[in-house]
Amino acid sequence: MPVIILPREKTTPAFNVLILMLSMLAGLVAVGIVFLTYHVNPFYAIYEIFRSSFGSVFGFKETLTKAIPLILIGSGLALAYKAKFWNIGAESQLLWGAIFATWVGLNWGPHLPGYVILPLMFLAGFLGGAIWGIIPAIFKVKFGINEVISTLMLNYVAAEFVKFLVVGPWKGATKYGYPYTDDLPDQAILTLMNNSRISLPLLILAVVVALTLSFIVYRTRFGYEIRVIGENSEAGKYAGIDFFRTTVLMMVLSGGVAGLAGVGELTAIHHHLSYPETISAGYGFTAIIVAWLGRLNPGFTILSGLFFAGIIVGGDAIQMSMGLPAATVNVFNGLLLVFLIMGDFLLSHRVRFTLRPKLKNTKATN
Amino acid sequence: MLEIITSILVRTIVAGTPLLLGTLGEIVTERAGILNLGIEGMMSLGAVTGFIVTFTTGNPWLGMLAAILAGALFSMIHAFVTISLRANQVVSGLALTMLGLGLSGLWGKPFVGRPLTAKMSAIAIPGLSDIPVIGRVLFYQDAYFYLSVILGLLVWFIMKYTKLGITVRSVGENPRAAETLGINVSLVKYACVMVGGAFAGMAGAHLSTAYSKSWIEGMTSGRGWIVIALTIFALWEPSKAFLGAYVFGGIFVIQYVLQPLGISPNLLAMLPYLTTLGVLLFYGMSKKGKRKMSAPATLGEPYIRGSR
Repeated sequence: MPVIILPREKTTPAFNVLILMLSMLAGLVAVGIVFLTYHVNPFYAIYEIFRSSFGSVFGFKETLTKAIPLILIGSGLALAYKAKFWNIGAESQLLWGAIFATWVGLNWGPHLPGYVILPLMFLAGFLGGAIWGIIPAIFKVKFGINEVISTLMLNYVAAEFVKFLVVGPWKGATKYGYPYTDDLPDQAILTLMNNSRISLPLLILAVVVALTLSFIVYRTRFGYEIRVIGENSEAGKYAGIDFFRTTVLMMVLSGGVAGLAGVGELTAIHHHLSYPETISAGYGFTAIIVAWLGRLNPGFTILSGLFFAGIIVGGDAIQMSMGLPAATVNVFNGLLLVFLIMGDFLLSHRVRFTLRPKLKNTKATN
Repeated sequence: MLEIITSILVRTIVAGTPLLLGTLGEIVTERAGILNLGIEGMMSLGAVTGFIVTFTTGNPWLGMLAAILAGALFSMIHAFVTISLRANQVVSGLALTMLGLGLSGLWGKPFVGRPLTAKMSAIAIPGLSDIPVIGRVLFYQDAYFYLSVILGLLVWFIMKYTKLGITVRSVGENPRAAETLGINVSLVKYACVMVGGAFAGMAGAHLSTAYSKSWIEGMTSGRGWIVIALTIFALWEPSKAFLGAYVFGGIFVIQYVLQPLGISPNLLAMLPYLTTLGVLLFYGMSKKGKRKMSAPATLGEPYIRGSR
C-alpha cells in the first residue's frame, strides 16, 4: 500500500492538542508494554502513578514541590532550545546555583536578617548558574565547540566538584561522617506551607519566571532575535543580529534560572549542600522533556512541569509499593520523549494511505 | 618500575577498548549524516544484555552477540524517528539515552550483585605474549581488544579505500548528489545507524562481561558521552579513533594511579571531562583546527527526498 507524505502548511490549535494527546497516549501504551516485560500489570501501575501524584492531597503537595525546579529549569531550557542551543547542562547549572547560595548562606547568613540573606542567596544562585551557562555559550560562538558535548562535560565536572566540596573543604564540622556541609542558619531557610515541602514564594517565583521568559520570547526584540537564530541562522546574520551577545544573554537567563532551582532545593528542602544526586533528582534532564512537552513555550512549562513532577512522584510511589527499580522513571521519560517527537511529524506532514496511486501529477515528497 | 608501567599500559588498553568500539560506530553513523546521541543508552543496554545472556548461558561469546544485536535493534528507534520521520536528531538521541538507561536498570535489577561465573578472559597469543612489556600489553588481552583492533582496521579500510566507504561519506556530505547517482540514501543511513548501535552494544558488553564481571546500574558512567566527544577528537577518521580511545583510556587509569599521592579522587575524576573540553578548546582556538572540526556537511539535518 503506497504511502504519500505531503508537507502540512498550517495547523489549528485543536489539532496540535489532539496530536499531543495521541503522542502521550501512544507513549503510555509503550510504557505499559515495558511494564509487561517486568510482569507488572500496566493498567494498575499507570493508574497508581497518577493516583499517588494527583489523586491525593498529600501526593499533590509532593507533585507541586517537585514541579518548582522543573518549571524553573524547563522554562530556561525552552528559551535555549528556541535558539537551537542544546543546553543539556541544566543539571550542573542547578548545582552551581546551590554552591553559590551555600557559600552566601553559610558565610553571611549568621549576620543578616532573612529578608536580606534570602534574596542575596537567590541572586548568588542565579549568578552561579549563569556563569556555568555562559561557558558553553562562549565555547560555541567563539570556538565552534558543540554545546551538547560541552554542557554535558560541564555536568560531570560540576557534580565531581560538589562531591569534592562536601567531603573536603566544606565538610560540616557538626556532620561527623556524612558528606554534608553545615546546615544553613535559620534565617537562610525558606518557610514551608503547613504539612508540605512547598515554599509559597518559591512556587510563585517559578510561575513568574516561566511567564516572564514567555513574555521575553514572544514580545521583545531580544526574544525575536532568539527565535530568528533558532529558525534561520543565515537570515539572522543578514538581519544584523549579534550572535555572541544574543547567545550569551540567552544562556545567562537559561543557566541562571536553573541556578535558582538549585537555591530552591537547597534552602527549602535540604538546608545544606550534599551529594549532587541528593540535591537534584535528575531535574536537569527531566526538564528537557518538560521544555519539549511545553512546545518550547516557557509559559507552557508550568503545565508540563506539573505533569512530569507527577510522574516523578508517582514513579517513586510505585517503586516503593511494587518493588520497581529507580530507573522506571527513565523509561517513562525516554518513551514519552520518543513519542512526542514522533508526533511532531504528524504536525508538519500529512500522511495518506492509498490503494490506488492516482496522484500521478502531484509530486510526493517521499 | 617496569611492573608498574606494564600494569598501567594493560589497564589503559582495557579502559580504551569500549571507547574505541563506541567511537568507531559513531564515526560510521555520523559519516552518513546522522548524529546519534544515544550511545550512553545503547551501551547501557548492551551491557545489561551481554551480562544477562552470559549469566544465563555461561557463555560470554553469546553475551557479546546478544549485546551487538540489542544495540543494533535499539538504534533502529533512532533511525526510524530521525530518518523516516525526520525528527530532531538531538532530542531523539537524548530520548534513546534516557530509555536505554531506564530499560537496562529495569531489566538488570534482578541481576544486581550476582557475579558472573564465566567472563571473557584474556587470551595469550602464542609466542608474542612472551615479549617483555609489549607482549603483556598487546598480546595478552581479552577477545574484545583483538576484535576492536580488527574491526577498527576494517572500518578504516572500508571508509578510506572502498566504494562502500565513499557511498557512506557522500550520503553524509551531499545526499542529493548521492541520490542522483542511484544511491538509496535512506537505506545507507539506516544501515549506518545500525552499525553504530551494534558497536555501542558490543562496547557495553565489554564493560559488564570483560572489564568487570558484575552488573551495576549506570555502569557506563558517562563513557557514551566521551565517545561522542572522541568522534570529534578523531575528526571522524577511524585511524585517529585509536589514538583518542587509548589516550582517554590512559586518563581513566591515571585517576587511580595518582590517587595515592593524596589528590582528591573527585578532582581526579574530572580529568576525562576537563581533558575533553581542553582538546576541543585546543582545536577551536586555531583557525586550522576549527576547520578540521567541521563535521560531515549534513550532520544532524533531516534529508527530504526531492525537495531543496
